[in-house]
Amino acid sequence: MSTAISISGLVKTFGTTVALDGLDLEVRTGEVHGFLGPNGSGKSTTIRILLGLLRADRGQVTLLGGDPWREAAALHRRLAYVPGEVALWPNLTGGEVIDLLARLRGGIDHRRRDDLLERFDLDPTKRTRSYSKGNRQKVALVAALASDVELLLLDEPTSGLDPIMEAAFQGCIGEERSRGRTVLLSSHILAEAEALSDRVSIIRAGRVVQSGTLSELRHLTRTTVVVSTERPPDLIGRVPGVAHVVHEDGRVSFDVDTDHLDDAMDYLAPLKITSLVSHPPTLEELFLRQFGEQVPTEETVG
Amino acid sequence: MNAMSAFTGVGPLVRFVLRRDRVYLPVWVLSLVVLTYVSAAAVRRTYDTPVEIASYAVNMGTSPASIAMGGPPVALREIGGILIYETSLTVLLGVALMAVFTVVRHTRKEEDAGRVELLGSTVVSPHAVITAAVLVAAGASVLVGAGVTWSFLVEQQPVRESVLFGAAVAAMGIVFTGVGACAAQVMSHGRGAVGLSLAFLGVAFGLRAIGDVGENAWSWLSPMGWSQQVRVYDDNRWWPLALSLVLTAALLVGTVLFEGRRDLGAGIVPSRPGPPSAGRTLAGVVGLAWRLQRGAVVGWVVGIWSMGLLLGSFSESIQNMIEDNPTLAEYLQRAGVTNIVDSFFATSLLLLGIGASGFAVASALRTRSEESAGRVEPLLATGVSRARWLFGTLLVTLGGTTLVVASGGLGVGMSYALTTGRSSEMWRMTGYALVYLPAVLLLAALVVLLVGWLPRASGAVWVAVALCFVVGWLGSLLELPQWAADLSPFTHVPAVPAVPADDLALGPVLTMLALAVAALAAGWVGFRRRDIG
Ligand SMILES: Nc1ncnc2c1ncn2[C@@H]1O[C@H](COP(=O)(O)OP(=O)(O)OP(=O)(O)O)[C@@H](O)[C@H]1O
Ligand SMILES: [Mg+2]
Repeated sequence: MSTAISISGLVKTFGTTVALDGLDLEVRTGEVHGFLGPNGSGKSTTIRILLGLLRADRGQVTLLGGDPWREAAALHRRLAYVPGEVALWPNLTGGEVIDLLARLRGGIDHRRRDDLLERFDLDPTKRTRSYSKGNRQKVALVAALASDVELLLLDEPTSGLDPIMEAAFQGCIGEERSRGRTVLLSSHILAEAEALSDRVSIIRAGRVVQSGTLSELRHLTRTTVVVSTERPPDLIGRVPGVAHVVHEDGRVSFDVDTDHLDDAMDYLAPLKITSLVSHPPTLEELFLRQFGEQVPTEETVG
Repeated sequence: MNAMSAFTGVGPLVRFVLRRDRVYLPVWVLSLVVLTYVSAAAVRRTYDTPVEIASYAVNMGTSPASIAMGGPPVALREIGGILIYETSLTVLLGVALMAVFTVVRHTRKEEDAGRVELLGSTVVSPHAVITAAVLVAAGASVLVGAGVTWSFLVEQQPVRESVLFGAAVAAMGIVFTGVGACAAQVMSHGRGAVGLSLAFLGVAFGLRAIGDVGENAWSWLSPMGWSQQVRVYDDNRWWPLALSLVLTAALLVGTVLFEGRRDLGAGIVPSRPGPPSAGRTLAGVVGLAWRLQRGAVVGWVVGIWSMGLLLGSFSESIQNMIEDNPTLAEYLQRAGVTNIVDSFFATSLLLLGIGASGFAVASALRTRSEESAGRVEPLLATGVSRARWLFGTLLVTLGGTTLVVASGGLGVGMSYALTTGRSSEMWRMTGYALVYLPAVLLLAALVVLLVGWLPRASGAVWVAVALCFVVGWLGSLLELPQWAADLSPFTHVPAVPAVPADDLALGPVLTMLALAVAALAAGWVGFRRRDIG
């Protein structure tokens, strides 16, 4: 089977709120798929439907080849989930929760559990009541990563982690990928999705507005160029596809649509380039382009 | 910190609390006041001749069981004394429960939900949250007291007595406001704070019951005793209420000290490190539910068992009283009571059964509270199906309820066995207590029905429990119409052992069991098809 998750035309409403409005999403087996979107765009709702916790109003959802609503319990043995808001039983210790969740999922790899506890620097003897948000999240992460499953559904798993733990997390996801596991990673942290994801889907107001590999998405967007030339590039703003031109002490920076990159270079080359820095857009920029004000509306509607 | 900054933010917080409780508090206050008013009116109707009043004094005022419930028999030769004797148990316990629930709800439970942290980051002083909760709960207690005074005035009682009784009721509420506030600091979560406060209330009730029946100083150890030692219509003394205020002040000082010494989210009782890995029992849904509820089960078993023990211990004095008092025996015979000890046991088992439904409903409601706390989601995301989770959790409710119901009968039976020397009484009474089990389970099943279809309204079953109590404890006094009394499942339980066991009308009991199963099934149908969260 080459698709782990396939969703088409998914609609979910809560009263008058339309949380998902015809969402399409495909996650291939073995890939790490970044699921990005602003607050309230429907990431958690999508994941909850995938888990059979919410009932879809309309649309087709296939998870690991099965129907997530009807075959929930059987499918869940093959996946692990880390919720965005980790709520734990205050009287249980972290270690107890990890074991409990893993047992309910069908077993735990003890070596891996101990290894993960060490990597995430988590004290399993503390009652979860006294854990910080980040530590509660680590409990859910260790429980999920220590289980032998095909698919990981991670809903903003690192929103409470410090940078060191974030790095540990990225290391773990890398290992999961090399073991051939599929990961759906919803995130706000663009650098994280950028570092980990094979492909990303960007969701907004309950619809996926962009989907593809990072290079495919970059293709749709602009490259930022900072250049110095011997003769001043006064007319750079007239080159098609160029925007956001800023002149500052002899240098000029501008954004250019990837399709028109060669036009810009054709214009600049005769002016004698002395230095040139260009970088592809970071996911951050993709994100801002997608949702920020500076982008014309017809582009955001996608 | 100066006085100005100590109370910064209290005003807006009080308004915020009142807004959130705009239904909750009026329901509490009005039900307590209306109940008092209706009971008082009923008492005046029932005891309207001097002869009736005189026989009340002889019969009720000497019965240890009714003293244990109603308080010291003060001025029972006049209607005012009877009014207080008949109404004080309900209103005193009611106002205390209201105060405890209100305070804990706005302090510890809010903190558990992480909302205090949010408030703490705004401009409020460190003690503002607790101060606001205490002000609201104490204010509500005063309102209940004022309502009680009003009820008595409407029933043409003298002003001084009416005001004093109202003040005694308010004082009870105020003391338990302090108890709740203090418990909210000591315990590390809301449920524990309520549990500790209720244990305190149980002890306060028990101490004064022992003291009142034995006519000794034990009553003075109990804040509930102080509210009764004002002896309205007799000594009319105010000073016992000063004890209530002193205790409240001490509790509030303790609250502030404790709050200053603990961290947000923690209790004064520190949580010790626990096992680094799960034991063998924590392996499934049932194991988890048992782990989460075992403390409550043990607490309720001990509480109901002690109440049973206490009630059972009065059986001997009831027997003696009948033997010493031929007029009473005759009076009871006319009233259709053939065996007073057995009918006393029947009443005791009924009250214990209604008490046990407190556990049953609270336990069944765990299904909802776990869900809204977000703790069901991670479980259902594992190999656990919805059916396994719901029924596994409810299995603990079933087992726990059975234990709690049985423990009441066991307590009564143990006392009785000690006085009679017949150890078989223990098992006989336990068996009788279990006759009430289907009625108790029906209430729990009602919770499941609501959890399936109207999860947000599932707490409404507490109203049903309160109704069962009113019907069971005050029903005959209030002369409720039969249809109203019939609403309570407990009305349909045969009054064992007053009704002989061979006449045991098992029909209604089996019907209730069937209804409970039907409600459970209907609840499941709703639960399996709705959204979780
Ligand atoms: N149980 C619910 N009842 C009503 N509305 C809901 C419910 N759950 C989600 N919503 C609404 O659906 C929309 C999508 O919410 P969702 O939680 O899926 O967003 P999200 O992308 O996960 O956001 P975040 O990044 O903040 O976690 C929001 O408008 C939210 O208010
Ligand atoms: Mg979310």
